[in-house]
Amino acid sequence: MPGTALTGSRVRERRLTLGLKQATVAAAAGLSPSYLNLIEHNRRRISPAVLARLAAALSVAPEILEGGAGAALAEELRAAAAAEEGTEAEVSAVEEFIGRFPGWAGLTAALARRSGQLSRAVEALNDRLGHDPHLSASLHEVLSAAASVRSIAGILAETEDIEAEWSDRFHRSLAEDSERLAIGAEALVAYLDGSDDGREDAIASPQEEVELWLAARDWQASEEGLDQLASAAARALARDLAIRAARDAAVLPEPAFRAALAEGADPASLAARFGAPIPDVLRRIALLPGSRAGLVLCDASGTLTFRKPAEGFAVPRFGAACPLWPLYTALGSPLRPVEARLQVAGQRGRRFRLRAFCQPSWPGGFGGPELREAAMLIEHDLSPATGPLPEVGSTCRICPASACPARRESSILTLASSLTAPSL
Amino acid sequence: MAGKVLLIEDETNIAEAIRFILSRDGWQVTVLASGERAEATVRESGPDLVILDLMLPDRSGLDVLAALRADPATTDLPVMMLTAKGQGRDREAAERAGVDCFMTKPFANADMVAAVRALAAGPGRAAVRA
Repeated sequence: MPGTALTGSRVRERRLTLGLKQATVAAAAGLSPSYLNLIEHNRRRISPAVLARLAAALSVAPEILEGGAGAALAEELRAAAAAEEGTEAEVSAVEEFIGRFPGWAGLTAALARRSGQLSRAVEALNDRLGHDPHLSASLHEVLSAAASVRSIAGILAETEDIEAEWSDRFHRSLAEDSERLAIGAEALVAYLDGSDDGREDAIASPQEEVELWLAARDWQASEEGLDQLASAAARALARDLAIRAARDAAVLPEPAFRAALAEGADPASLAARFGAPIPDVLRRIALLPGSRAGLVLCDASGTLTFRKPAEGFAVPRFGAACPLWPLYTALGSPLRPVEARLQVAGQRGRRFRLRAFCQPSWPGGFGGPELREAAMLIEHDLSPATGPLPEVGSTCRICPASACPARRESSILTLASSLTAPSL
Repeated sequence: MAGKVLLIEDETNIAEAIRFILSRDGWQVTVLASGERAEATVRESGPDLVILDLMLPDRSGLDVLAALRADPATTDLPVMMLTAKGQGRDREAAERAGVDCFMTKPFANADMVAAVRALAAGPGRAAVRA
């Protein structure tokens, strides 16, 4: 038997909306007024034939009176009308509209849904421009190089009596920064190209969604705010990170941990002092509130499972990272601390201290597989420079180190470098 | 001599360029490549104003600014902040923290010199917005 418990109420509501008397509708539907009264008070279930006659008498689709898909459509259309300020849509006649023009009603609701989706996508893109650490770092690189080029070019053009020593120095700086500008611009283009994957929100994976979410909250993972994540997979990832963060905070309490760090304690000695695994200490250093250190984690396949970039040290969004990272040295030598002082190819003068450690585990016991997780802490090296350092990159595709023995594929930056470097 | 400027900027080439153009204008410029020793250097060298990069490697320019404003001896020291376009939220935070003037990267050398002159000449926190 069709009709839900409240079908009668919808019949009554529709009749009153049209301003019709019970007797008039009953006559049009071939019912007695007393029977219609029982129906309207939900004391009689309605047969399909009676429902059809009542719907015809009330100029409405039977589905509307049934409260099924038609009612949902009516709700959607009412919501669409309410969302548009100053609309002149005849909201009171929505059921009649659906009944008379079901195709147009469905199309209107679909367009309203699409409009809502696009509005949310625009909001997400706006939010991304403000919070995406990768994009922010790339833009900062370009703007810094542009600032230097503009200022130095101005000096050279406007200072007629510039000393030879200063002139030589500024010409060298100009060559360096024009190269850096070209590389930065190419990297930015590569990044933005990578973002153009046809999806509305341009977020490539749940991992990236979580990283953007964390970046917007100073990398503090907690249960609070999980509902801001769109996908269930992202929420699950974020929940795991929140659990880890809570555990880290309990084992490595912030005041004592900060005090030990201020003493200059090494991660290995901190691990011994607090009774925590070294990777947990590296993670805690990078994820302390306000920390500027970067952190990457990878599994045994080398896949980056967590990425917090440090300023000036780009971490790839897609594909494999630079094989020269100490992260991978550690991955191949579990339980051995690996430390290296390096600089990023194409960024002269910027030095980094990288410390990595790999922790194996056997969750399935003796009979199960060995799992590995390696962590690498990325910090600016503030010690006095003692000469050039070995170079690493982000990923081969956007790395300018043309003579790198570990290169997997050619770089899109080769052309930019060759065009700008030697001319000055 | 026009006065003393403390420049805190980690980008070596930008720092060199600013030092050059301000020196030519008669300023005595001290350069720091990080914010770590900012307060100590201010105490030692007694600058007339500070040019502070927002994004420093070890410590945010906002932290340095907050420390200067918290110290009664430097609470009114004129501070110009160097920012990149698109750092709207950071700029708002710097304004709340009491910065006197912004200079957006990339900048014109003449604008930098004019802003430094105005900042040094103005009483307390000048309303300079480069």
